[in-house]
Amino acid sequence: MQQEVVLAMLAKEPSHGYQLRARLRDALGPLGEAMNAGQIYVTLTRLEKAGLLAVERSADGADRSDRKVYALTPDGRERVAEWIADVSWPKPGLAEFHLKLIAAASARLADPLTLLDAQRRELLRRLRDAQRAAMAEPEHSDAALLLEGVVLRLQADLHWLEACEKNWTHRRSGS
Amino acid sequence: MSNATGTPLLRARGLRKEYGEGEGLVRAVDEVDLDVAAGETVAIMGPSGCGKSTLLHLLGGLDRPSGGEVSLNGRRIDDIGEKALARMRRTAVGFVFQSFHLMEELTAVENVELSALLAGRSPRAARRRAEELLERVGLAGRARFLPSALSGGQRQRVAVARALSNEPLVVLADEPTGNLDSAATMDVLRLFEGLHRAGQTLVIVTHDARIAATADRLISMRDGAFVDETRLTGGTADRLGALAGLED
Repeated sequence: MQQEVVLAMLAKEPSHGYQLRARLRDALGPLGEAMNAGQIYVTLTRLEKAGLLAVERSADGADRSDRKVYALTPDGRERVAEWIADVSWPKPGLAEFHLKLIAAASARLADPLTLLDAQRRELLRRLRDAQRAAMAEPEHSDAALLLEGVVLRLQADLHWLEACEKNWTHRRSGS
Repeated sequence: MSNATGTPLLRARGLRKEYGEGEGLVRAVDEVDLDVAAGETVAIMGPSGCGKSTLLHLLGGLDRPSGGEVSLNGRRIDDIGEKALARMRRTAVGFVFQSFHLMEELTAVENVELSALLAGRSPRAARRRAEELLERVGLAGRARFLPSALSGGQRQRVAVARALSNEPLVVLADEPTGNLDSAATMDVLRLFEGLHRAGQTLVIVTHDARIAATADRLISMRDGAFVDETRLTGGTADRLGALAGLED
């Protein structure tokens, strides 16, 4: 889990680790199921060491991370504000597949159209799973909205594969 | 194109449809073999003009093949007389089209009951069945609306209810989401998933990846022929997090 995400989920109010996890689970739905609880505590510890959050109090004086209440420090708040305003966007990774097709064709490693068929099958399987997961969530829920994003992206990728197929079919018949 | 168990519900062998002749001969459907098992959802995808709609028309007896065979539930339908074919279409096949094909002057419930009336059911039984079906597609409250008062997604749901009215052996759908926006597409996807779970046999031709992805089996069609077939039995659900940008 990205450090800024963990920080931002604490911005509402100081929270126990389990409350933080519950918030993430609600927001992510089935996508949050694979979330590793241990990883979140590792991130919390790192953020604490970096001075971005502080442990407010420990019930019973116990040192178990479960009992700690985490709160943002002023530096932490500043980092969250920067992150909220940041417009960077995850890389869609298209160039790699594009270059795979070109390399496969030029060195005769594989038929680009075969690669496209295989890639389409894989994306359609993901689309099927994402759609099923979306349909299983209550309408207008946080999780359904996230899954709709996954579905729409997969659709965009599949549209691009269609464009690739047209182009490579055209090149083949032209040569 | 084989499937695992028993006699297929829908079967085609060497199916051909040709238009024109000599130099202008077009093979819209070119030697297609297809087996669809009972309860299976099959999607046939391909670019426009690949012959997928023509194929669907041949499978449902809306058009006659130039060659080859089509059987439904073990009975040949490609060589039977016009009357028997019309009867088969009314009772054994449900059609869903891209542009809905509803009668604009009839209400939703009248559209749905019409095919049951044509198949010889009593008006009372036809009406009861139509009302049940509209409830099933989530439109019980719109039964007395004319199609013009319904959204695209609602019209398509009426069309699906109509397709089901005679408990068809198979539902054949031609671009059922072709005229719908994203939210209405989702409604139709839910509906088709529900039909699939209820054991309805479905054949969908489409170029919409979303509806194709609801199928068990996906066939790609180019220039009138099948070029690729794949089972879509998932197994990627645990990787959805990565697709949404979550590290695992």
